[in-house]
Amino acid sequence: MGELKVLGFWASPFAIRPRIALSLKSIDYEYIEENLRAKSDLLLKSNPMHKKVPVLLHGGRPICESPVILQYIDEQWSSGPSILPSHPYDRAIARFWAAYADDKFGLALEGLLKAQSEEAKIEPLGQMKAGLELFEKALKDCGKGEAFYGGERIGFVDIVFGSNLGWVRAVESMGQVKLLDEERTPGLVGWAERFCSHEAVKDVMPETEKLIEFAKKVFSKPA
Amino acid sequence: MSKNDEVVLLDFWASPFAMRVKIVLAEKGIEFEAREEDIMGGQSELLLNSNPIHKKVPVLLHYGKPICESAIIVSYIDEVWPSPALLPTCYYARAQARFWADFIDKKLFDGGCGIWRNNGDALELGKKEFIEILQVLEGALGEKDFFGGDNFGFVDTIAIPHASWFYAYEQFGGFKVEDVCPKLSAWIKRCLERDSVTKSLPDPSKVYEFLCMFRKMNGLD
Repeated sequence: MGELKVLGFWASPFAIRPRIALSLKSIDYEYIEENLRAKSDLLLKSNPMHKKVPVLLHGGRPICESPVILQYIDEQWSSGPSILPSHPYDRAIARFWAAYADDKFGLALEGLLKAQSEEAKIEPLGQMKAGLELFEKALKDCGKGEAFYGGERIGFVDIVFGSNLGWVRAVESMGQVKLLDEERTPGLVGWAERFCSHEAVKDVMPETEKLIEFAKKVFSKPA
Repeated sequence: MSKNDEVVLLDFWASPFAMRVKIVLAEKGIEFEAREEDIMGGQSELLLNSNPIHKKVPVLLHYGKPICESAIIVSYIDEVWPSPALLPTCYYARAQARFWADFIDKKLFDGGCGIWRNNGDALELGKKEFIEILQVLEGALGEKDFFGGDNFGFVDTIAIPHASWFYAYEQFGGFKVEDVCPKLSAWIKRCLERDSVTKSLPDPSKVYEFLCMFRKMNGLD
């Protein structure tokens, strides 16, 4: 079918998503770490529109945007464990929560990391906490009491939302704030543990300490 | 026509996002009830219960179960009623279609807002950015009749509703889409030959009137 490459960046929650999906399907690929300050010709040629990671290259043909990549992987390798549910309604719900994870939660997380003062952190922090409460409820609705949003196995929502956990933990540590806690989000606490320790995730989820170091360099106030 | 399937759309006449759903339902020959929401007056209880997180139209209710977010609704309808198919069968082409639908979702409506929500220099900048977005789309269309190739498909469904707002943008911005993007303009005319599109899109002059009222209310005119 053609060789597989993933263009990524270790700290990007978006870039670890295709790696998790390919691992779940037991598909081999070549991983290429990009230097985002000096993007490769291959990246610029493969994703001229957004110039971002991740890009999946299959037989040299690029697929961009992580949720699009996940759906491509699921369709292309349909004999492996499914990433999206099979029922159209459940698929619509999964797509809804994945979109919410990126449009609302992900944006708030970015806002929090870029905030330069305690005051500027208040709004994005509030949005993240509100988002987490919604995801706590969604875990019961989507997962139907099972281990993951996908049920017994990791699915679309787990991958899209869960890929943010490295940064969530970094933010908790840097800001000395509890985002996932046993009182308000008990379900998420257990889910986060299961997701991050999963075979397909543990080797690609960036370490909290490394993210904190990275954040200090990238998001610090200019001198 | 499908009988006995209860399909309700929570709608707003001017919403390009709601138009997408009306187009796909018409393409598939699905009967549905459209319930107009009074956007200015406040959302109905049904809308607030069906879409508590975003509180926005469109919402599709299928046997009372809500599906929200227009691109997700279009995919749902394409999967439940697979014929005629909106998405191509080839996995790579499907990925390209989803990519462009995502691009249109992220850029086109907000790009237009850069025109009608502004005046003066801000409007000029908005117009420049909007035209750049259209030029990207024209590049993606290329020499094809439709974004999907020979046939009207997923990306066409996602994109064409926004064309009903172009007349308004042209009036506010002092430009013509036909001049800056002739291929895209030809694609619009081609789409408007389809019943599913003409009966789902409002008269562009009514959209213009609506936006003029909005601008007045917000002190722009």
